[in-house]
Amino acid sequence: MKARHKRLGLIVAGLLLLVIAAVLITKSFRSNLVFFFTPTQVEKGEAPKSGNFRIGGLVENGSLKRLPDGLHVQFKVTDTAKTMLVEYKGILPDLFKEGKGVVAEGKLNTNGLFEADQVLAKHDENYMPPEAAAALAAAKAAKTKDSSAKEGVK
Amino acid sequence: MIPEIGQLSLILAFCFAILQGTLPLIGVWKNNAMLSNLAVPAARTQFVFIAITFICLDYSFFANDFSVLYVASNSNSHLPLAYRLAALWGGHEGSMILWVSILSVWTMAVTLFAKSLPETFRIRLIAVMGMVSMGFLAFIIFTSNPFERLIPAVLDGRDLNPLLQDPGMVFHPPVLYMGYVGFSVAFAFAIAALLDGRLDITWARWTRPWTTVAWVFLTLGIAFGSKWAYYELGWGGWWFWDAVENASFMPWLVGTALIHSLAVTEKRDAFKVWTVLLSICAFSLSLLGTFLVRSGVLTSVHAFATDPRRGIFILMYLVVVIGGALLLFALRAPKVGLGERFDVVSRESMLLTNNVVLVAATGSVLLGTMYPLLMDALGAGKISVGPPYFDTVFVAIMAPGLFLMGLGPLAKWKKASLPEIGSRLRVAAVISFVSSLLVPIVMGKLTLMTAVGVFMGIWVASTTLILLRNRIKTRRVATPNLIENLKGIPLAFYGMLLAHLGIGVFILGVTLVKGYESEQDLRMEKNDVAKAGGLAFKFEGTQEIAGPNYVSTQGTFTVTSKGKVVAVLQPEKRFYPVQGSVMTEAAIQPGVVKDMYVSLGEPLENGAWSVRIYIKPFVQWIWAGAILMALGGVLALLDRRYRIVNKKAALAAQDLQEAYEV
Repeated sequence: MKARHKRLGLIVAGLLLLVIAAVLITKSFRSNLVFFFTPTQVEKGEAPKSGNFRIGGLVENGSLKRLPDGLHVQFKVTDTAKTMLVEYKGILPDLFKEGKGVVAEGKLNTNGLFEADQVLAKHDENYMPPEAAAALAAAKAAKTKDSSAKEGVK
Repeated sequence: MIPEIGQLSLILAFCFAILQGTLPLIGVWKNNAMLSNLAVPAARTQFVFIAITFICLDYSFFANDFSVLYVASNSNSHLPLAYRLAALWGGHEGSMILWVSILSVWTMAVTLFAKSLPETFRIRLIAVMGMVSMGFLAFIIFTSNPFERLIPAVLDGRDLNPLLQDPGMVFHPPVLYMGYVGFSVAFAFAIAALLDGRLDITWARWTRPWTTVAWVFLTLGIAFGSKWAYYELGWGGWWFWDAVENASFMPWLVGTALIHSLAVTEKRDAFKVWTVLLSICAFSLSLLGTFLVRSGVLTSVHAFATDPRRGIFILMYLVVVIGGALLLFALRAPKVGLGERFDVVSRESMLLTNNVVLVAATGSVLLGTMYPLLMDALGAGKISVGPPYFDTVFVAIMAPGLFLMGLGPLAKWKKASLPEIGSRLRVAAVISFVSSLLVPIVMGKLTLMTAVGVFMGIWVASTTLILLRNRIKTRRVATPNLIENLKGIPLAFYGMLLAHLGIGVFILGVTLVKGYESEQDLRMEKNDVAKAGGLAFKFEGTQEIAGPNYVSTQGTFTVTSKGKVVAVLQPEKRFYPVQGSVMTEAAIQPGVVKDMYVSLGEPLENGAWSVRIYIKPFVQWIWAGAILMALGGVLALLDRRYRIVNKKAALAAQDLQEAYEV
């Protein structure tokens, strides 16, 4: 085999490897995309019925409940328009607080309960994850639109 | 008064940065010595004013001057002194001050230690760094002034985020920034070379030590951060593929590629265009990292409050710096030539593959980090990319590169023979294969992932040792005495061995902790005993203790193995009244073979607590690996050929001859 053929063979093999790598990356990338929904969107049925997604908003005041086994907790997440019930097993992060922002990742069960396998309460110095802030802003925008529409009817 | 002095010297520093960044370039262009000679004094004066700024701000923290808004928002009179001083970089404005301070330290170092460079090159280098500094100072002055007064002053500050009240806060940000910002030197070298049209072996020799220093700092900075997350966040993770972590990891990957391609440029005069491009990319990614962390678009422990003006300013700055650099690259790069040819199988081709692998890995991390931000910016919904994406893709891309790590250093420059390398590495292959089966069996469970991981780790480590043996053998004819023989091997070679060994140790740590860690969330009452990893954890109850600015509930756990006490762990739940926040302080008994890790969850009824118990096998190896890598970098820096700074060309040429042998 001539050196040139060898070189060509290697280049082809290299390109083939790159293509395979690109395909694998895209595949893995797609299957690991997690989408974010506000409680209002979940209520409207926009969230996936199966599979993981993220929700966010404020932890409703007085909604945090510990189940009898001491490890499961339930709390409500609200975007001030709608709320949804979330259940989580494990230790909540330090920054988790009633009335503060939260983001949870998990899936809906058949009863409409959100089973979280991860609760994120990371935040900036104003105690608000960007996603949660966006959820509140969306709900607020919807409300003002609503009320101005009503005023228009009057 | 002090804050106003700081403010004033900040503005003066900005003026001198403008001087440093513009006039000397014009001077070099127009051949005007008066203008070009301004570079060094302007840079040094800028350094002095930035130092004054830094000291004034830190003094305000020291003196608890709560009439300064930034101090009031990030400190408190009860905060211990060390944290009060470190609180300077606890928020957005101060971390920008830290950024420019470190940039001016680097610039100062260039004016002091880069004396052997040709005059015009040195002036251009300093001017480019002045330009970088100019942008950042403008950013601070116009959007993020740390000296803004708070009128009326408050009695006490809002305190530093309790998450940051940790020794890690004192070291992690400055060390990380030394690395981040250090790539600005490599960047300036590349730009100066493009302006100069001078890109050759000597250029690579000058750049190399600077790049290595930055890389060492970045390696340590990332390792510190990871260690800090491990014990402070209380969930025992050490890497989360969090966007901010990725932001520091991408420059590291490209910086690692750069170190290797610089080696080729220095020794073979090849890869020149590529090396320049990598220098530009490494610093661009550092800037992008700063943008990601500081613009407030991220949900992260590192995120700060958003001010859209800041985001837009940084974005514009990024476009100017990166776009300008790439434009210059496009215009000038073809001039620098291609360098020496090499065979398909050679040290060059292996290093090229190393570079391709590292850059591809960076690309995959960049995709996962930026895609959600891009979608969000385009209004296409909020998404996030799960850590499994990074785990699979990153490992899959790196694996072939790690395998080649064993072959590369044994390959000869220009043309190597695969069968010859193969015969040298037969032993390593056997050892790696046997341990890939044996280690998992000893640990109690054999899976494909752990087998592959152990194989890779042992492969990298054992091929590195074979490399040393090979080197000793080839030198034995000339120097039969083993000690003399070992002494004669250049430090740079030992540096490479150590860094590669570090990679092996790191891989083993990651594989074993991923494969064999155990985690339990339990409800424990006083005197309850939990079993984990062959150990018994007995909960002895809790007591209240008071810290300087917090109160704490401290639990006591006695860990016994076969009836013998092996550790007493005292995790805490701290309450910081100023911010009204609770902090978990995990208790960890580190060990070579495993870490025992206990953290308190929440108090339940009857004095019971929810408790989390982890056994983390070989987790310390992760950071030990990183430290070995950094030490390798330090050894490479101590190599003789970099210590000769001021001696002239004759010595350099002789040195270069030796370098070829490495």
